[in-house]
Amino acid sequence: MSGSTSNSAMRYVVWFLVVLMIVLHHDFWFWDDRTLVFGFMPIGLAYHAAYSIAVGVLWLLAVKFAWPSHIEEWADEFETTDSGDAADSERAH
Amino acid sequence: MTAVLAAESLVPLYVIAGYLALLVGLGLVTAKLFKGTSADYFVVSRSIGPFLLLMSVFGTTMTGFALVGSTGKAYESGIGVYGMLASWSGLVHSMVFFLIGIRLWAIGKRYGYMTQCAYFRDRFDSNAFGYLLFPILVLLLIPYLLVGVIAAGKFLQATTSGMFPESFPMPDVHLPNGKVIPSPLAGGLPPWLGAGVICFIVLFYVFFGGLRGAVWANTMQTIVFMVTGIIAFYTISNKLGGLSAASELVASSEQAAPRLARGDQMGQLQFMSYFFVPLSVGMFPHLFQHWLTAKSAKSFRLTVVAHPIFIAIVWVPCILIGIWAAAHFGIHGKPNTMLGRMVGSLVHDPVLSGLVGAGVLAAIMSSLDSQFMCLGTMFTTDVVTHGKRKDKFTDKQKILISRLFILGIVLTTYLLALYMMSDAKRQESVFDLGVWCFSGFAALFPLVFASVYWRRVTRAGAFACIIVTAIVWSVFFYRDILAVKPEGSEDEALVLGMMPVTFIFLASAVSLVVVSLLTKPLPAETVDKFFIDSSADAGQ
Repeated sequence: MSGSTSNSAMRYVVWFLVVLMIVLHHDFWFWDDRTLVFGFMPIGLAYHAAYSIAVGVLWLLAVKFAWPSHIEEWADEFETTDSGDAADSERAH
Repeated sequence: MTAVLAAESLVPLYVIAGYLALLVGLGLVTAKLFKGTSADYFVVSRSIGPFLLLMSVFGTTMTGFALVGSTGKAYESGIGVYGMLASWSGLVHSMVFFLIGIRLWAIGKRYGYMTQCAYFRDRFDSNAFGYLLFPILVLLLIPYLLVGVIAAGKFLQATTSGMFPESFPMPDVHLPNGKVIPSPLAGGLPPWLGAGVICFIVLFYVFFGGLRGAVWANTMQTIVFMVTGIIAFYTISNKLGGLSAASELVASSEQAAPRLARGDQMGQLQFMSYFFVPLSVGMFPHLFQHWLTAKSAKSFRLTVVAHPIFIAIVWVPCILIGIWAAAHFGIHGKPNTMLGRMVGSLVHDPVLSGLVGAGVLAAIMSSLDSQFMCLGTMFTTDVVTHGKRKDKFTDKQKILISRLFILGIVLTTYLLALYMMSDAKRQESVFDLGVWCFSGFAALFPLVFASVYWRRVTRAGAFACIIVTAIVWSVFFYRDILAVKPEGSEDEALVLGMMPVTFIFLASAVSLVVVSLLTKPLPAETVDKFFIDSSADAGQ
């Protein structure tokens, strides 16, 4: 499998994981659970704190495998005067 | 002895004053770095690297609510507040930065945009659209600003209470049981003074340093409020006998124990529908401006990855302090005073009290500065210089105009805040309005999403989206704020158990899609300018 094909597959994996994380946010299974994890952390809070870390890791994967690498050149290839009027003037011509 | 005590009681004020002086110093440094061009003043010459972008974006999205409000909400409703507000924000904010922020940065850099209106005006090839969007963005931003200024004034008054009993006396408080007690705020700096000082400090570094002043200040403020939050958490847990002892106290308290889970504290649909609220970052005009400061797309990487983790670092300790407070003070206290009360009653360290005070003000100011700066930029580029010949205004004139606008906006906000603070009911309504502003920005998210991902979106669709959002928002707003509510109704106005923003968002998205499909597409040459033609680009 070539590098670009595997990257493209990983891109789908990343977006599948994003959808999965949206679903996993709703932890109804801990809704009424008052257990203290490590003796101090309510389990519902521990789950969501771990969720935040997992989200950080997920976005790390997104940055690695789903990064729009060509966007940089696209942004730089058009000369602008930084006045906010570049598109206006282009349209006018 | 009395003199020593008096001097000691002023220590928190000295710490806060020291912090504010540091910000003024930072303002002077950034003013020295200013290159004198409008691009430098408005978007820091698009030169901000990963670390400063992370800190400035995080500081801008976290308001004083991150420390004071999160503690108070957890005190009131328990640990579910984290999932409802913080973990949703971690996922959704980074998603918006990744999907929208990077693209808008690229479009902004390519065509030299400084504001959202300028972008949307060209994207939909309509000046009228810019004129419609401009007042909506300004009106949604003003209550948000007022909340910050009022909160700063009130917070400084509470932090300095008892320090100046002769200069700032307060009438005694008559309790419902007939008892008369001295006002707990007596001797504190009056809100007009505290709010005025905060406005002046923010004005100082934004006026002279432009957005660079705000970026640098936000970086310092973010470090301050993260570090002070952690120190306060560590000290409070120690004083309660350690982490386990503090949480066991909650578990053994009949009243506080429900806060260890969600149970009846919030509804399942309410919890789920909070997903829509953080989408507001996609339409915040001040965040749009921060995205434009990035040196390259790569600068976003650290922000996208670290933002959810930073949210956890700030919020988890505050949530725990909130539920501990329910066991420590009982459940009938004022939620927003809980962080201050926990620090004051358990820590007895005036330096730490001052640091926590500085941390809360840092969180408030790190949003205020970007909002003032953004409004100044919008008035200058979208109202004064828009449509004029390019050589009509020099860079120097644009900066001068912007500075005058910023001065005017700060003054107007301050005077409006004074007016609102003069009446308790009016003040309460500003806070309610602030919450509704988030819903308004969030409901406009389909517009920005479609503008970067959907070629078929039309001018009429964009107009329909804004108009329908305004109508549906107004209906729910009237129902929640203006209409007389039946007795015993919930504080948070839910619709079918969900946040009203869910329905406003859906109405906005449906109107955008349906009207776009029914109307004539924009000419290809207009649309093509905003899309990156590459097969590798998954967004198209």
